Amino acid sequence: MSGPLLAAPILSSRGLTKRFGSRIACRDIDFDLWPGEVLGVVGESGSGKTTLLNCLAGRMTPEGGSITYDSAAYGPVDVHGLSEARRRLLSRTEWGFVNQDARDGLRMGVSAGANIGERLMAVGARHYGDIRRTAAQWLDRVEIEQDRLDDRPTTYSGGMRQRLQIARNLVSKPRLVFMDEPTGGLDVSVQARILDLLRGLVGTLNLSAVLVTHDLGVARLLTHRLMVMQGGRVVEDGLTDQVLDDPQHAYTQMLVASILPV
Amino acid sequence: MPDSNIQEGAYNYAYLDEQTKRMIRRAILKAMAVPGYQVPFGGREMPLPYGWGTGGIQVTAAIIGQDDTLKVIDQGADDTTNAVSIRRFFARVADVATTTSTAEATIIQTRHRVPETPLREGQIMVFQVPIPEPLRMLEPRETETRTLHALSEYGVMQVSLYESIARHGRIAKTYNYPVMVNGRYIMSPSPIPKFDNPKLDRSPALQLYGAGREKRIYAVPPYTPVKSLDFDDHPFEVESWTECCALCGSRQSFLDEMIVDDAGKRMFICSDTDWCERRR
Repeated sequence: MSGPLLAAPILSSRGLTKRFGSRIACRDIDFDLWPGEVLGVVGESGSGKTTLLNCLAGRMTPEGGSITYDSAAYGPVDVHGLSEARRRLLSRTEWGFVNQDARDGLRMGVSAGANIGERLMAVGARHYGDIRRTAAQWLDRVEIEQDRLDDRPTTYSGGMRQRLQIARNLVSKPRLVFMDEPTGGLDVSVQARILDLLRGLVGTLNLSAVLVTHDLGVARLLTHRLMVMQGGRVVEDGLTDQVLDDPQHAYTQMLVASILPV
Repeated sequence: MPDSNIQEGAYNYAYLDEQTKRMIRRAILKAMAVPGYQVPFGGREMPLPYGWGTGGIQVTAAIIGQDDTLKVIDQGADDTTNAVSIRRFFARVADVATTTSTAEATIIQTRHRVPETPLREGQIMVFQVPIPEPLRMLEPRETETRTLHALSEYGVMQVSLYESIARHGRIAKTYNYPVMVNGRYIMSPSPIPKFDNPKLDRSPALQLYGAGREKRIYAVPPYTPVKSLDFDDHPFEVESWTECCALCGSRQSFLDEMIVDDAGKRMFICSDTDWCERRR
């Protein structure tokens, strides 16, 4: 890649603030996400991680600050200044959103194939055979047997649902993926498989991602840079290994120290 | 006015009061201006239960005049209870001529069918609609379905057709088959069989749809393109029968299957009674 391409961050946040009444969920969040980079957001429950993610993805409107996304189709845009139509279009073409609970991100009443095909049909795919073929390929990529294509996600295990959700998001070849605890609530071996899969996909598709997690192990494995949040503020940020190996802030030190040794 | 009920002032002409009729006419005009868009209106209590045609009756009452000729059909038939009572209702409160002939009628209120006889300019079809929202079974939130319509985000409708093919090998929906009106809004054509969908496309007659329970009116003006949704490799098809009508011998009309004795003997007859009688 040439220099000028790398010069623009794909997503940047300036002074982002979100309140719920008098309670402040996020305060003055500044960061830049560069193309191909995975940014981790860690912190304890209630520290504002998910609220931050929802604001970034345009699902919640912040009270202050701005979020700029460098769109492939429109160039740099202010996410919250866009019309709703444009923002929803972006979110189902250039973005992906992986929920912690796969049931929130899937249509549980229709087959896996229809789940994966939805984004394709939303942007105008009208050939059943092609949609089905693409869906089968994606099922394969996320390591689900192709003969499960016509089964509903209700018949899937938790780990398979999560992988299906990932396929459903990545089928439109997004550039930026938001992930909210993608491995939360799964057992350790299933977590490992999904992390492995995500790491592979992020690399081969050159995705940029914002990953929210409370699991420092997940952060260590997947993210390049880390932001540590406490009480709605970013208390420390830096390269993942640097933050985890040499935490500066007292809260980060406490977080790192609370990892259970195996 | 000749009818005693109207003369005595028991009812306003055509049952509804004039303010209500104006409100409904405004909704109809808006619906015609934006084909396929569901216009909310202040639906009134009617002297029959929801699900029996309250929406259709209100639309008919708002547009009917004394020189109109009214035809009412229910499942294609002129002689079923619902059709007979609605026809008699308007003969009484609006003092209009009624007919069973499709060609003679100026207003045709219908449930579940479009007549086989081709419609002409100047005629108005009034459809009774139980569930006006085509996305209802896919998206339960009204705020969300309105947004989907506003932004023309119809991927989810296609998902339901995909699912139907995945499960049944073909699009198994046979009635209330979703259509795209004028390339903009997805519309429920009311529970007519998909056999009738092609008749909606560029029809010379005006089509008005009234949903009484949900209080929505929508319309398809004459000569508006109406396309049934499908896939390139699974195109839209209408039903066909190997039999012909046992009474009139028609092979082009929509046939009802009747079981005629305890031994399970079957007979196919036209669902459109007017069409069938004229051919015999």
